Amino acid sequence: MDGSTINAKGFEDTKTGEQKIRNFNINFGPQHPAAHGVLRLVLELDGEIVERCDPHIGLLHRGTEKLMESRTYLQNLPYFDRLDYVAPMNQEHAWCLAIERLTGTEVPRRASLIRVLYSEIGRVLNHLLNVTTQAMDVGALTPPLWGFEEREKLMVFYERASGARLHAAYFRPGGVHQDLPPELIEDIDAWAAGFPAFLDDIDGLLTENRIFKQRNVDIAVVTEQEATDWGFSGVMVRGSGLAWDLRRAQPYECYDEFDFQIPVGKNGDCYDRYLVRMAEMRESTKIIRQACEKLRHEKGDVLARGKVTPPTRTDMKTSMEALIHHFKLYTEGFHVPAGEVYAAVEAPKGEFGVYLVADGSNKPYRAKLRGPGYLHLQAMDHVASGHQLADVAAIIGTMDIVFGEVDR
Amino acid sequence: MSEALNDLGAHLEAKRPDCVTGWEIAFGELNVTVTPEAIPGFVELLKTDPTCRFSTLVDITAVDYPGREKRFDVVYHFLSMYQNQRIRVRAQVREDEMVPSIIEIHPSANWFEREVFDMFGILFSGHPDLRRILTDYGFRGFPLRKDFPTTGYTEVRFDEVQKRVVYEPVKLVQEYRQFDFMSPWEGAQYVLPGDDKAAETGAKG
Repeated sequence: MDGSTINAKGFEDTKTGEQKIRNFNINFGPQHPAAHGVLRLVLELDGEIVERCDPHIGLLHRGTEKLMESRTYLQNLPYFDRLDYVAPMNQEHAWCLAIERLTGTEVPRRASLIRVLYSEIGRVLNHLLNVTTQAMDVGALTPPLWGFEEREKLMVFYERASGARLHAAYFRPGGVHQDLPPELIEDIDAWAAGFPAFLDDIDGLLTENRIFKQRNVDIAVVTEQEATDWGFSGVMVRGSGLAWDLRRAQPYECYDEFDFQIPVGKNGDCYDRYLVRMAEMRESTKIIRQACEKLRHEKGDVLARGKVTPPTRTDMKTSMEALIHHFKLYTEGFHVPAGEVYAAVEAPKGEFGVYLVADGSNKPYRAKLRGPGYLHLQAMDHVASGHQLADVAAIIGTMDIVFGEVDR
Repeated sequence: MSEALNDLGAHLEAKRPDCVTGWEIAFGELNVTVTPEAIPGFVELLKTDPTCRFSTLVDITAVDYPGREKRFDVVYHFLSMYQNQRIRVRAQVREDEMVPSIIEIHPSANWFEREVFDMFGILFSGHPDLRRILTDYGFRGFPLRKDFPTTGYTEVRFDEVQKRVVYEPVKLVQEYRQFDFMSPWEGAQYVLPGDDKAAETGAKG
């Protein structure tokens, strides 16, 4: 063991009882900086090789689905910010789409554009965090420091639109809460114009970095077959060469009129997924610029005025009916016709879906939140087995796991 | 889109008339109702049939209807990335009934079935490791059943004397606030306080 047991007598020392190698179980987490949250992994190690990996989740379980059953549809909206808190608005989007499908609400054009704009900002927010912290997990310190500076700028855009940096509650059934001021659109566009240069900087730090490649290339290879078997979505399938993106395959909102590419990986390893994420940020920037351009010209209301949305302030000052409507909307809430619907969006991490069962009252009878991270983490045992212990951190990073949505 | 779903629904019913008890298209989605024991065979068909190829399991969940004899709906969502279609498969299950697991067909069903067991107490036969998943170690009860209170039964706190976390029955300093804002003008089934005489005198409306 310590080098002093030179085999002097010539017997096989690996066969002695003391030196028989026994598998070693360790707990990774629940508090571990590379676990991206509260994750407990029970790892069975053979030396440094992971033999078995049993994730224990639920440490951040807040019972969101149960709570939602006793709140109105509108009161439930802010819970979605707290699922994947890295890109909050993308989750709200799924909830709004589900309600709009059931109530048959048509979202105004401008609101639709704003939703696309902010969904893409959310995607950049998420990928910035993921790419840079994954780099930190494998040993680089500079990328997160640079990346968080850009994230901060984006969260200021969140704040200027909704008043909150993270828990925005900005997308509402029937549109978005408030219109964007013209200066904000100009600022977002100016930011988007300069952002590719920043991505080049991150590229320069990581893409050809020897250590980064050693830690990521050929780690956690996922084939197309595995990706479908384990129910992967988002970058986890695109990294494996399957060009599947809900924005293209099942267009929602007005994504079909935007010009963007779906980046696809080739080998399905951590490095390819990193490259896909970087390319997706560039594509998102394109969408942001196109959305800004459209928003400059297409003015209009941002809420489909009707039963599910509040009346305008001017109406409330002049019309008694509008005042009653406003009061009833924010106390009783609107009623959603009975039925069930599954609405999914291409969240930055993959397919985020809401299965909503409505019974015609003002509260959802049952809402199931389907987060992409749940399935990705489930495959941890399958993906991590046979890798080194140090790779576990890289794999958690590349799977893009955030416990808000896994534990719900 | 909806013709394609229509064709698919008819195709599935023709292929497996014994297990499909009904199908419909609602809100642009195909719902197929099957019997619980037929689930693995049906899911296998969905996965392998060339016109379906529902290779991705999106979600498994359940819905509790306490008033019904077959209390639960177990709901499966599948996605075909090749045919670009979605399908919802539903089965009604009694409280004491077991549902066959589909892990053999979709390994990703593992955690979903654990979650349904954890939240609703529905047992899946053939599941290799049916432990609780989201709730606390040693948790009792099935939280998403409608008869489970939102506040739960136990609460935890750190005990300074014992120097550990202790579990205690829930004590609320005020009653759990569950406001009922439902408008009485839209046909409330209950009598509002002070309104009891209205019913006796024959009510005005």
